[in-house]
Amino acid sequence: MSQQLMEMVEQRYQKESLPEFRVGDTVDVYQKIVEGNKTRTQVFNGVVIARKGRGINESFTVRRIVNNEGVERVFPCHSHLVGKVEVKRRGKVRRSKLYFLRDRVGKARKLRELRSGKAATKATKSSKAPDSKPDVQTKDAEPVGV
Amino acid sequence: MIPSLLAKKVGMTRIINAAGDVTPVTVMQAGPCTVLQVKNKETDGYDALQFGFEDVKPHRSTKPHIGHAGKAGTGPKRSVRELRLDDESTLAAGDVVTVGIFEESEVKYVDVSGTTKGKGFAGGMKRWGFGGQLASHGVERKHRSPGSIGGHANLGTGRNIKKGKKMSGHMGSVRKTSRCLELVAVDKENNLLLVKGSVPGPNGGLLFVRQSKTKG
Repeated sequence: MSQQLMEMVEQRYQKESLPEFRVGDTVDVYQKIVEGNKTRTQVFNGVVIARKGRGINESFTVRRIVNNEGVERVFPCHSHLVGKVEVKRRGKVRRSKLYFLRDRVGKARKLRELRSGKAATKATKSSKAPDSKPDVQTKDAEPVGV
Repeated sequence: MIPSLLAKKVGMTRIINAAGDVTPVTVMQAGPCTVLQVKNKETDGYDALQFGFEDVKPHRSTKPHIGHAGKAGTGPKRSVRELRLDDESTLAAGDVVTVGIFEESEVKYVDVSGTTKGKGFAGGMKRWGFGGQLASHGVERKHRSPGSIGGHANLGTGRNIKKGKKMSGHMGSVRKTSRCLELVAVDKENNLLLVKGSVPGPNGGLLFVRQSKTKG
């Protein structure tokens, strides 16, 4: 009973559906950034190396290399600041957490691409979050990177 | 009457608002509570309301409990607690109080009382946050010991340890009140209250929720 109550409460604060992507995918994450009363959208590109948690606690980690330095960001799936997640490339992986990528340098970082099969075709179709707006920048937005 | 209810802790989770802010919340199932008895100065010497919370099957209850609840026209209750009042009660026996009372009185902060989780016999580090001793530099078998408990010679009659000195001992299983917790949401349909932060006790534990005495 209490378990059901908790789920019911959590459901209210969750997004209705999440963008479809998997561990190993190279993605563009569109994140809203609020500065005072201005909002703009920033894109974070990288490889999804982990998905963690269930329900409202679900999050995913995206890793990319900036100036030869590994950068990882953790996004809560149900945060309204995390909008669209666009899958750029599907990686062929055999484990759920790709922490081994942290120790890899150079070309070894690359994951083999998943080209055929159901998952690959799915990726091209449904990658948009339902509540993300089609236009990347909102009205009062500044140019990205200023 | 100060808006208050008996409640049961359901569990903790978090909620995310439109601005992306994450708030840790405790979900409580509060009420409905039936007023089982109204105490007044004449007969009882003080003004109070007696709340009953959660039905219990009559065959699991006792005759005195069934009879007492019967006077208020209801079945026996699992938990019965009193709320002291300053003035005479406006409610009568048999009246039902629900979470709606928090909404109607526009309560923003609440105090939540309950019995904390028992920790058993705990040492000074866990019970009082003592630092313990060093991990190395010659310390042997004393890493979590509380250290000196004071020089005894000059205290009163001498050869005594100061009264109330913090030492190891039983921890937890006492009534505590978490004060000034922000009331995040009231769900009248399911009798739920969401407050920011943690409340004493385990999931399923009995709690007493009331409008904050000090804030709001």
